[in-house]
Amino acid sequence: MSQEMITILAQKIAQTILKQPNRSIEADEALLSSGLIDSFSLVDLALLVEDEFGVVIDDTELNPDSFDTLEQLVALIQSKQ
Amino acid sequence: MTTFSQVLQSAYQNQPDHVIITVQQAGAPDLSITYKELVEGAAGYAKTFTQQGIQPGEVVILILQHGIDLVYAFWGAVLQGAIPAIMPYLTEKLLPERYRHDLEALIAVTQPTAILTYPEFETEVRPALKPGDSVRALILSDSIEAPGAPDFTHLAGLQRDPEDIVLLQHSSGTTGLQKGVALSHQAVFHQLENLGSALELCPKDVVVSWLPLYHDMGLIAGFILPILTGTPLVLLSPFDWVKAPQRLFQAMSQYKGTLVWLPNFAYYFCAQKIRERHMQGVDLSSLRAVINCSEPVRDDGHQIFLEKFKPYGFSENALAVSYAMAENVFAVTQTRIGEPLYIEDIDRDRLQTQKFALPALAGQAAVRMVSCGKPIANVEVKIVDLNGNMLKDRRVGEVAVQSNCMLTEYYHRPDATAETLLEDGFFLTGDYGYMVGAELFITGRKKDLIIVGGKNVYPMDIEQLAMEVDGVHPGRVSVFGIYDEGKGTENVILVAEVDTEDEAERQHISDQIRAVVTRGSAIALRHVYLVDPGWMVKTSSGKNSRYANRERYLQEMPEEKNG
Repeated sequence: MSQEMITILAQKIAQTILKQPNRSIEADEALLSSGLIDSFSLVDLALLVEDEFGVVIDDTELNPDSFDTLEQLVALIQSKQ
Repeated sequence: MTTFSQVLQSAYQNQPDHVIITVQQAGAPDLSITYKELVEGAAGYAKTFTQQGIQPGEVVILILQHGIDLVYAFWGAVLQGAIPAIMPYLTEKLLPERYRHDLEALIAVTQPTAILTYPEFETEVRPALKPGDSVRALILSDSIEAPGAPDFTHLAGLQRDPEDIVLLQHSSGTTGLQKGVALSHQAVFHQLENLGSALELCPKDVVVSWLPLYHDMGLIAGFILPILTGTPLVLLSPFDWVKAPQRLFQAMSQYKGTLVWLPNFAYYFCAQKIRERHMQGVDLSSLRAVINCSEPVRDDGHQIFLEKFKPYGFSENALAVSYAMAENVFAVTQTRIGEPLYIEDIDRDRLQTQKFALPALAGQAAVRMVSCGKPIANVEVKIVDLNGNMLKDRRVGEVAVQSNCMLTEYYHRPDATAETLLEDGFFLTGDYGYMVGAELFITGRKKDLIIVGGKNVYPMDIEQLAMEVDGVHPGRVSVFGIYDEGKGTENVILVAEVDTEDEAERQHISDQIRAVVTRGSAIALRHVYLVDPGWMVKTSSGKNSRYANRERYLQEMPEEKNG
């Protein structure tokens, strides 16, 4: 399940946030601290997770202390499901 | 009242319990600050600056996050008679070395006496200091004197003259940090008076702002104007807003906000990212004006904003526009509050080929223009040609401004100051536009500056970064902006010449460029376009012709052309 979620998130992020559909994102790749997802796109990430998994990520959680990689994001989502 | 400190003293004595600022921070309860608390908090900083030997008229750089410390530190510097300059805080993705480089650039030109920052930030700032430089004190935020009643008889800030410089304002990046706009007390008060009357500022007004304080719109409209005019201010952090734009609307509703300033992209951002559930119970009927400022204004952004927020009580007549710049303290023009905007469709071909803005006839390709309003009181605007001669109505030229609230100078940059002044004292803005009667329309920019989300980006700063990447030809990088209709702001495009034809190597170079630019400037590139040697268009003197490179890029990538 986790692997499947990582795959979905990687695809959606590459497509809708990075606008580089062919860009692959590793499960342990830094998303926020690296600047890969810029600050203007954080809200898009939260909306994408909400639409895909029905889980609301609070804006206070949109920082590298809460999650920085796809693995950590999936763990956060699962903790809310 | 002629200086900032005199106004604070009077407010402290006459209305100590008036709540002047409410600081909202995500995850924390709202913090209400009265004039008494503001002045006493600031007095702690003023005392510290005095103890550290800072003399009135010397520059103090503030590197603090958006919040109460920054508020007290700014006014503390003012009370002490020092000149505060707010530097953007290091964001997590920005490389510390790059930040240091920017800081060194700032120190070299501005010659500050002190830098104030957090203890945990000392390791980032310390290496930027060099033996023999101007900085005598690195002050840490945990060593500030406790708030307390100021001793007004000894307060150096009260000895300042109206003509003295009260603050410096920089734009970001290496280039921007080397050109600080120096403003006098008098210039700021004149601006507040001129703008206050255009806004019909009244005791019922409440300003709500999430704008960064190192930018003129945030610093003047969203900070100094409310505090010095007694208008309550609700201050949000830009970092909170960008993650949850609904916070702005919830704050407007909760505190009955009447005046808000936004850059153009924010109209799109708010309309697109906020969901119905965020708006439950929100009432926007108190808003007198949401003022579009600091980026080219687009009517379509206004329309989607209106459509989105009308159901919550937002009125179409609250859409307003201002043309502003730090060199005039802030506003140059302002549309009439509560009245419909002046919008016209202009013949696109004549505008582009003849620099003549005539209303389009039916069937002609047209550009929709939104007026920025008329000059506010005591501000004169004219449109000039390359020789500084005034142009007639509807002729496009450079916008020139003269007023009673102009900058004193670019701090320590007499060269830059002289470059921008016409013989008759008018200031050349670097923006192109035309006038219809007193209405000012902005059509473009003379400089290569890119504005992304209200933030000024200097292409040469980004080009320098990309040239550090292995495989990229030094001097063969070009950066420019292309307007994105979906976002209401510009995308940043980078073109670089590379030798290799290997796809994998090219992908690697492209990734490297993105990484180095993001970490060096906090700007995300929309597209990195790698080309073969000889692609780049140079001017006859060998300079980078960003305009010509942009044209060539658009020819090769027609799908990007939507502006």
